[in-house]
Amino acid sequence: MNVVVLGATSAIAEQVARLHAARGAALLLVGRKPGRLAAVAADLRLRGAARVEVRALELDELAAHAALAAEAEALLGPVDLVVVAQGALGDPAAYAADPAAAAAVLHTNLVAPASLLTAFAARLARRGAGSLVVLGSVAGDRGRGSNFAYGAAKGGLALFAQGLRNRWHRTGLHVLTVKPGFVDTPMTAHVPKNPLFASPERVAAAIVRAADARRDVLYVPWFWRFILLAVRAIPERVFKKLDL
Amino acid sequence: MAPVESWGRIRAEGAARPLWWRDDPLPEVEGTMLPFGRGRSYGDACLDQGGTLLLTRGLSRFISFDEATGLLACEGGVTLGEILARFAPLGFFPTVVPGTKHVTVGGAIANDIHGKNHHRAGTFGAHVTRLELLRSDGSRRVCSPAEHPELFAATVGGLGLTGLVTWAELRLKRIPSAFIRWETVPFENVDAFFELSARSDTTHEYTVAWIDCLARGDRLGRGLFYRGNHAEAPFRAGRRRRPVTVPFDLPDAVLNRLTVKAFNALYRWRNRGAGERLVHYEPFFFPLDGVERWNRIYGRSGLMQFQCVLPFDRGLGGVRGVLDAIARSGQGSFLAVLKTFGGLPSPGLLSFPRPGVTVALDFPRRGERTLALFRELEGLVLEQGGALYPAKDLVMSPRMFRAAYPRAPELERLRDPRFESTFWRRVTAAEERP
Repeated sequence: MNVVVLGATSAIAEQVARLHAARGAALLLVGRKPGRLAAVAADLRLRGAARVEVRALELDELAAHAALAAEAEALLGPVDLVVVAQGALGDPAAYAADPAAAAAVLHTNLVAPASLLTAFAARLARRGAGSLVVLGSVAGDRGRGSNFAYGAAKGGLALFAQGLRNRWHRTGLHVLTVKPGFVDTPMTAHVPKNPLFASPERVAAAIVRAADARRDVLYVPWFWRFILLAVRAIPERVFKKLDL
Repeated sequence: MAPVESWGRIRAEGAARPLWWRDDPLPEVEGTMLPFGRGRSYGDACLDQGGTLLLTRGLSRFISFDEATGLLACEGGVTLGEILARFAPLGFFPTVVPGTKHVTVGGAIANDIHGKNHHRAGTFGAHVTRLELLRSDGSRRVCSPAEHPELFAATVGGLGLTGLVTWAELRLKRIPSAFIRWETVPFENVDAFFELSARSDTTHEYTVAWIDCLARGDRLGRGLFYRGNHAEAPFRAGRRRRPVTVPFDLPDAVLNRLTVKAFNALYRWRNRGAGERLVHYEPFFFPLDGVERWNRIYGRSGLMQFQCVLPFDRGLGGVRGVLDAIARSGQGSFLAVLKTFGGLPSPGLLSFPRPGVTVALDFPRRGERTLALFRELEGLVLEQGGALYPAKDLVMSPRMFRAAYPRAPELERLRDPRFESTFWRRVTAAEERP
């Protein structure tokens, strides 16, 4: 199996990559920091990966995406699985003084992933095989004051993935939207931990199972499906008064 | 997510900062800090109450492996279970493994752990070839028996106090298969144990005994002797059993003298005729790992483990005294472990293993009654010139610590000034408890 991991130094993506390495996959890791990519790559090789290639790349640069998709095929051969995991939480407190910061969060979490998905989807669909795994978030299910740019981007990304799923369904291309709840990763390092937090290992195991089963949407851990069902059902009139 | 607590269920009070990358600097924190791996230390040696715990779980990458020499470099948060899962199928095994595979490499070094093969292989630290230490002043030092040997000796068995072990290099040994030829021999009392142990240490790589902690008189120390060698034939790994989890804290009433007595009798009866078996390494080395979070059977109040080593040169009286005090108290739970340590010196300043016999068993933590027993046991160990195991300890007195670890002042000198543990503050305190 040939796997491309975009945002490969994110904690969840790294754990997903480990599970594929243990199955003997060939991997292409893409991320920003060469040192960290090298550390992850060495680990994956020792965990049984058939091959690990790395590319240090600023994934926010849209112009590089088409070439990256082509390069992935040149390096690995036909790509079976693409994991789109890059993201950034952003800080809503800074947006008022710097509106571009809010736009940057939308770019990193929505525009760039959408561009990457488009570039890879076209190639996978042509072959009529393979899976795209998109890391969204439960934050994308309802707009909240505490992370409105991040939530909007993840919500938009989920909708984009849904559209891709619909468009390419007949070709055999599979698209999985993952909606993790709180995960104990560097992104949430500043948040006090509570029992709702899941480990990246647990989330990654669920993602791999869901991708194997060609599911459409995965809430992980599973209880978030029901939490979000409730959260979405609260009328806006009430919801806007809640300090969330 | 499970709360940060020690295996004896002491909850961490203070901050916790997860670490993710070995080349990152230490987080900037107020006050003191201490590395925390998977929380398999029982007492307070892994806690820094009021300070910050550096959670090493994210430092879990393999770095390099040389098949010719068996040298594995990995980050400090990698567990022995992860090493086993990957390298045992390739024919390599950590030279020393403790009773649980859920310990990190950093934790194994910090406590200089021992295994069932101590009589042959010595401690874990004896097979660590190099490690990198990140200190609070931002410096990084690669330590080995040759480079910074003093700091290396202080870090092995140094209870995490010399800095953060970002990565370490260990020597794995070759194994012919993932299977163990496991023999069980019942014995009637302490004297029989020593006889069996002395004989088995020459024929078997792994030896340990489980004893009935309630048996008294002529049967004091009766139990089952386990001995094993790696099986030669290349057996294929069978299906792994999925561990069951203790889903919640059991009520305190579940553990009492009657249930413990019944368990010990049943356990002995069920295993006495076992003879020689061929088993996967997991049940042989890690019998309790088959029950995840087994510490919950002690309820919310948790458990205390008593582990001491008593030197051989004082004869068997000391062991008998300790076992008798335990049996008399009736507080011991389930099975106690008895194992002889060999004469191989540990490389660490503060290593626990030393020639003699080690006794380990759990007690439910039940306030003053339990503390009184621990004080009595400590007195017996002190009298015998023995030592208590910091990784298991919650109540050792400064006096006991000074007697058992005369080189502690050397560690204090090499300790990172910002690294501290609740254990360390307790055992180095000037005043004695009343």
